[in-house]
Amino acid sequence: MNWLPDFIGHGAIKACYFIAALLFILGLKRMSSPRTARGGIVWAGYGMLLAVLATFFLPDMHNRGLIVAAVLIGVSAAWWTGRRVAMTAMPQMVALYNGMGGGAAAAIGAVELIGYARGLGMLHAVPDTSPLRPEAWAVNALPPALSPVELTLGVLGALIGAVSFSGSLVAFAKLQGWMDRRFVFAGQRAVNMLLLAAAVVAGFMLVLGQASLPLILVFFALALLFGLMMTLPIGGADMPVVISLYNAFTGLAVSFEGFVLGNEAMIIAGMVVGAAGTLLTQLMAKAMNRSIGNVLFGSFGAAGGEAQ
Amino acid sequence: MIDGFLALYIFMLAAFTGYEIIARVPVILHTPLMSGSNFVHGIVLVGAMIALGRADTPFEIAIGFIGVLLGAGNAAGGYVVTERMLEMFKSSKPGAGKEAK
Repeated sequence: MNWLPDFIGHGAIKACYFIAALLFILGLKRMSSPRTARGGIVWAGYGMLLAVLATFFLPDMHNRGLIVAAVLIGVSAAWWTGRRVAMTAMPQMVALYNGMGGGAAAAIGAVELIGYARGLGMLHAVPDTSPLRPEAWAVNALPPALSPVELTLGVLGALIGAVSFSGSLVAFAKLQGWMDRRFVFAGQRAVNMLLLAAAVVAGFMLVLGQASLPLILVFFALALLFGLMMTLPIGGADMPVVISLYNAFTGLAVSFEGFVLGNEAMIIAGMVVGAAGTLLTQLMAKAMNRSIGNVLFGSFGAAGGEAQ
Repeated sequence: MIDGFLALYIFMLAAFTGYEIIARVPVILHTPLMSGSNFVHGIVLVGAMIALGRADTPFEIAIGFIGVLLGAGNAAGGYVVTERMLEMFKSSKPGAGKEAK
């Protein structure tokens, strides 16, 4: 009965993730009504605590010391800044923390992709991996191989997460007053579209089995640059809508990376935020009498006057 | 691992859930709700922990470490900021001085 403790332990961790996902949904539901809004964040907070604690008990985890150190540093730094910051500076703090989430999703994608590329390299290095000799595969299967669907969603999540990361940081810098000039030049839209296209092509090459460290680095550089360039021309008055859009982006990225990791809590929480954030972005744009397309691409020419 | 089509169903149902939750939200709650959903995708911290837990080479470990740092910042910062925003929606009962711990 050696398997029994593992079996129960595994079930307990899955149950914790389930309860966390439930608490997130109930918490968000409470947050959408003024009367219950305050309790909502507390419910979601308990869900987060439960999910994080359960993760420490996952089997086959290395680097536990590093994980604890990173969690402690990240939590205390963000807690401290979040407490201290002035009430009027809240929107840029949301942008900053949202960018961190996007960056974390991109980092997950990067770790998985680099591990996958390393696995490919090892397969190529050892030609004698006949499927008839399972033990040969067992040696080479050290980094987990990704299925085509996992690979595609992993690349997509990394792309969206990286765009959200650099875009949110620009939004933060603008609202913080570190970057008070809009950065506009002729043909900007074409350049941005080219950047996006190049990032997508690099992503396709990754999915089609060309995964190598240089290509992965180029892919992330293009994605980060696109997020930067896309946000630079947008004026400060439109920033709340843009932050909300990147919030939805991060949710999507988290959901996709959750699929790659096989983590249901991430899939559900990420997708709920992705959908809620998209709708919220539309509502906010409508409240300002603008469309999302207008906010993102109308930054020069016709709509030039309104965003200082 | 999760079967592709099962995941598709989960994606779809979760998306509808997210949409329905927000559908009738008053305008004053737009910003707190954005912040609240920003906190909820802080669950990325769990994923970053798993990624770092699987990482083997120093380069992967470094990226995973940064990922956990960023994820922890997202979760903790998102919580604090949302809680401070929602404090303004305190119900108008007497004893408003009590501080949420």
